[in-house]
Amino acid sequence: MIEFRGVSKRFPDGTLAVSGVDIVIPPRKTTVLVGSSGSGKTTLLRMINRMVDATDGQVLIDGTDVSTLEPVALRRSIGYVMQNSGLLPHRKVIDNVATVPMLRGVRKREAHAAALELLDTVGLDRSLAGKYPSQLSGGQQQRVGVARGLAVDPNILLMDEPFGAVDPIVRSELQQELLRLQGELGKTVVFVTHDIDEAFLLGDQVVIMQQGGRISQAASPAEILANPADDFVADFVGADRGKRLLHLREVDGRQLVVDDDGRAAGVLAS
Amino acid sequence: MNLVAGGIAWILDPANWQGAGSIPVRIGQHLLLSLVVLAIASAIALPAGAVIGHTGRGKQLVVMVSGGLRALPTLGVLTLFGLWLGIGLAAPVISLVILAVPPLLAGAYAGFEAVDRRTIDAARAMGMREREIVGGVELPLGLPIIVGGVRSAALQIIATATLAAYVADVGLGRPIFQGLKTRDYGEMLGGSILVILLALLVDGAFALAQRLVVPAGVRATRTRELRSRPARPRTAVGRPIHEGNRQ
Repeated sequence: MIEFRGVSKRFPDGTLAVSGVDIVIPPRKTTVLVGSSGSGKTTLLRMINRMVDATDGQVLIDGTDVSTLEPVALRRSIGYVMQNSGLLPHRKVIDNVATVPMLRGVRKREAHAAALELLDTVGLDRSLAGKYPSQLSGGQQQRVGVARGLAVDPNILLMDEPFGAVDPIVRSELQQELLRLQGELGKTVVFVTHDIDEAFLLGDQVVIMQQGGRISQAASPAEILANPADDFVADFVGADRGKRLLHLREVDGRQLVVDDDGRAAGVLAS
Repeated sequence: MNLVAGGIAWILDPANWQGAGSIPVRIGQHLLLSLVVLAIASAIALPAGAVIGHTGRGKQLVVMVSGGLRALPTLGVLTLFGLWLGIGLAAPVISLVILAVPPLLAGAYAGFEAVDRRTIDAARAMGMREREIVGGVELPLGLPIIVGGVRSAALQIIATATLAAYVADVGLGRPIFQGLKTRDYGEMLGGSILVILLALLVDGAFALAQRLVVPAGVRATRTRELRSRPARPRTAVGRPIHEGNRQ
């Protein structure tokens, strides 16, 4: 369990990125932080592995204040997946995946064997192990990034807009893959995105953030749609318009579901 | 009289290939002096450039130091140190180190600076220590540019090391100064030709080294980019840092 208690972050230049955040991130669930740019969601995420230190308040992992932990050891115990994969361009796929275990002293042979298994886990062919990141497609690189994040078998997996830079088809593939993985592995996933659809698809808990790093609402997708906390949330999730406001229409004896613009969204199961 | 022919004749004269001040001895002295200077200058400039490039602190210092030192005429510096320290190698070594520090510092700084910040951020976020980032990420990725700085410095040292003969009986500057004094232009030109050849050879060797140190994964990208954009010259990696050679 990760807990934020009255956490604020003011950067040296004076910007208040996160302000007075209180939230509990439940274990073995996916929590998605969603908001537009400048809402402090990435800053909030990076406070968990001390890439950013809070100026006020506490961040606790299983009751331990992270500020009492050594940053490097903490980071090595947490998986981190970022946009554009962040792979080391001069190392082969397998070495990228095995980087942190080897830094932790696992022998090369064992680290490589584990890395190959991880490639299976994330749905990559083992023949890619000897390639360099630049020889892979964007989607493949992102999968390697996930494999690397899982390499230390962390309880917590931080994902910072991991699917932001791939095309929509690959993104949807990767999202399904993440759902499958999460079903198998049951990690505590903290996921940052600006895409509300992605948030609703992946999140058990969705945290909606607004400018100035304040939390507007933290709840399940169903609750948010049923009960938006305020106008900002209602507007952000589009609960009262467009493709979220669905109507029934009968066409040739079947019940169609259409959105607010009249576009067909699906068929109502009978 | 054809001057170049005179120079070549001097080089080919068997009499100049034997004895204490023979051509092989001069070349050896010249190379050894250059190597010593390069080693001293590298020991000063490369770690400093690495620290500044890694931390991003002290960029102004790089600009100031390299700009300031570059403005110093080496012959003037040599004369000053020569008057102070007297005849011998101390003065030319110090002067040449001052000449070599700017390109080395700039190369090391630029090499570390050129590494994608996102790559470094990812390395740090997954738990690499700062020295692991320096040695395992920044150094291998920045090496082509760093070697470019060394290449530039080596070229300048070899060309300028002729000045050592001004205050010491060392190197390929000796026949140049001697030829000048005795109006033996064949000897003077012969010495110059040897310096030029030596500089070209060393520069060629560094050019090769610069290609070899491009990491395989980075090379893989580059060939692909070259294929898709054949009209563009190669990336900054692999080109020397151009600087004037002031004497």
